[in-house]
Parts: sequence; C-alpha cells; structure tokens
Amino acid sequence: MKRKITFMLNGSPVAVETDPSRRAVDVLREDLGLTGTKEGCGSGECGACSILVDDVVKLSCIMTAAQLEGRKIVTIEGVGQGGELHPVQRSFVELGAIQCGFCTPGMVVAAVGFLKGNPDPTREEIRAGISGNICRCTGYEKIIDAVEDAAAKIRGGRSGG
Amino acid sequence: MADIRIPSSLDEVFRLLRDVPSTRLFAGGTDVMVRSFPDTLWRESLLCLERVEELRGISESATEVRIGAATTLSELIGSSLIAERFPLLRQAARHIGAPAVRNMGTLGGNICTASPAGDTLPPLYILNAEVELRSLKGTRRMPIGAFITGPGQTQREEGEVLCAVVIGKEQGFDLHHFEKVGQRKAMAISVASLAFAAETRRDGTIVKARCAFGSVAPTVFISRPLNDTFAGNTLNRAVLERVAAMVREGVSPISDIRASMGYRKQVAGNLIMRLEGAGKDR
Repeated sequence: MKRKITFMLNGSPVAVETDPSRRAVDVLREDLGLTGTKEGCGSGECGACSILVDDVVKLSCIMTAAQLEGRKIVTIEGVGQGGELHPVQRSFVELGAIQCGFCTPGMVVAAVGFLKGNPDPTREEIRAGISGNICRCTGYEKIIDAVEDAAAKIRGGRSGG
Repeated sequence: MADIRIPSSLDEVFRLLRDVPSTRLFAGGTDVMVRSFPDTLWRESLLCLERVEELRGISESATEVRIGAATTLSELIGSSLIAERFPLLRQAARHIGAPAVRNMGTLGGNICTASPAGDTLPPLYILNAEVELRSLKGTRRMPIGAFITGPGQTQREEGEVLCAVVIGKEQGFDLHHFEKVGQRKAMAISVASLAFAAETRRDGTIVKARCAFGSVAPTVFISRPLNDTFAGNTLNRAVLERVAAMVREGVSPISDIRASMGYRKQVAGNLIMRLEGAGKDR
C-alpha cells in the first residue's frame, strides 16, 4: 500500500512514493541515495542512524517512513551549508576523531543536535550528550575533544559576527 | 503490508480505532519498532500518536499537574514545572536510554509498555499518579498501580487511548532519591531500580516515606510495612539493614540475560543501604 510522503530533506522539498511502514533509514539510503546515514544495530541502540527531525536528534532505524511526513529532516549530507563543512565536521577532521568512520555520521549529527541545546558544554555534558552513540573503535576521547573544539568554533563564529 | 496512520486529533484516532479495533497504538516507537520489526509490523495496522495535539504538553490546575501521554521524555526532563514539583520523576526519566531515545520515547509509552523495568514507573507509583483513559464510551481515571496488571499487561481496553498522567501537586516530600543499576550507564535496561521519597523533620527523622522498586517483580514492588518501618527513624544503618532484609525477602525477581534472581535480590537490598548517604537533593 504505497503512499506519497513529502518532507523537507536537507533544505529541499522531496516526495517519495513508498510503503509508509518502511523504516526511515531505508527510505533515506535506498530511495533517496543518502548513504551517509548508517545502519548499525537496527534496534535504536547504537546511534549510527541518527538524523535531525525538526532540529531534534532521532533514530531513523526505529522510525517509520510515515513519520517523515511534513518534517524538516537533516542527514549528515545536509549538516554543512554552502559546500562548507559544519564546524563539528571540521573539528572531527582536524582532531582525528575518526577511526573506521562508521559511527562518524551519527556521532556528528548527534553532536550537532546536542550543541544546538547546549552551546557551551562541559566534557561531562558532552559525554552524556553523545552517550547513545557507540564507537566500536572506542575513539571517544578524541570525539569528545572534537565536540568541545566545535562548540568553541561555533561560539567564536557567533560572537565574531 | 501494514498501514500506518498519523492522526493529529483524538477524534480522528477514535474514528480510525472504530474502523480497525485491533490497530496497534504507538507514540515514539522506541519499543514497538524494536519488538515488531520485521515480523509483525508487516501484518499489523499501526496508529502513531506522536502528533495528536490533545496528548501533548504539560499543564497545571490548582491541585494537579497533567502530563499528556505523548509528551516525550526529553520534554518531561526539560519542564521546569516537573523539575520543581516532581524531581523524582525527572531523575528517573534522565536514566532512560540516551538523548535520541528520550527525544522519541514518551511517558505514555513507558506506562503502556508496562515493562517491569520501566524507569518512570517507580516514581509514578510513589507520587500516586493516575492515568486518564479515553474512548468513544467516555473517560475514566485510575491509579497507575491498578492500570498495570503484569509484565506488558494493562487495563487498557480495545478502543481506549491513554491520554494523560495526572499527579497531585502537593506531595509533601523533601527528600528524593532515584538509583538505577544497569550493565552500563547509557542505553541499559534496569537490573534493579529504587525510587524513594520522604518527608523529614529538621533533625532527619522521617515523618513518612515511600519506596518503589523496578525490575524485581512482575510489576513495581511497593510495600506498606516497608514504608512504615522508616517512620520515626532517621536513615541510619540499623534501620536500613532491617528494611533491606525485608526487601530481599519481599521481592520476586526473575533471572534473565541481564542478571540472576539472586543478584537482583541482593542489589535491591543494597539500593536501600545506599540511602544512608542520601541527602536532601532538591
């Protein structure tokens, strides 16, 4: 029973004709070709499939396609703007917060969402903020360094102008 | 293949439920999407409550606070009214999953899932919370302890929707404590949890106390004799040892992949012992 589902995806309106009970992660990856969003556990426990839904971090592997309707969706492909990396992405690259890279898109999206609500976090708050995202390379220290660095970049950017 | 409806009003919900009474309800999907995929979801008709306006938000009257069933756990944690009135509920909600799960999961979902390990349940029992159920036949209210009848079992009837949780504003507790033991901090299901609230005198003597345990019985474990044991005493070691022994005797946990029955009994008592250092944390 296919249905037309329309929503904003990374700043542009999209419409997909699909079964509304499919998972959002599958629609994003298979129908819309946005393979940056990863499926790790498939049960909402690892954070690899994190996306922003109306600016709030949610897990696309435990979300149905139907729930995308009318929402503003941002995936890893859309966190940067105008061809520029998002400050969180820049900090991840500069500080080597990437090992195998599989958790990185979810980690970045979770960090972007977290910093919207808490622009000046302590390291402990960062730990709690990304606590649903698992890095099996266990590169957490550098990931936390990168989120801390990105927070400073974003704050600097704001106050500078 | 399953059909999924996302109505925005309660009228629409009842209309859809009248047409297909066996429709399964969900809100955040953090439970139903994990349990259902991929076997049953393809056969069931689903109704998502996350956008139903009447089920959202937190409001207050002169005597009560009303929490819409589709209020997310993050919204609950972020509410200044909840922080001020029911710090115990806020503390417990902060122990659930991780931010993204709390951004999706709802209070009503935690109740209707009726897991023995549901982390908001022990505080809701302590606060004498009531659930409000609505259907085309009308509205009824009942205490949370009557609503949940067993693991995954509630009094909700076909065609009925859990609309809100209602909690009396004046609880009279000045000491609040919630502790959860799990295999790790984030994303862990409780092995055992304790919610504790007390009214104390200046010298620390307890006037009245209530405790409720999660994950150590088919439903939340509460006991009047246990609560009565605290009255007139401070949270000193001798009293806590007496209560801990009663707890280990009274609970009826299961052994599962997370912990054994014996371990859960031991930990349930240990959680009481840890009250010795519990300060006035609000």
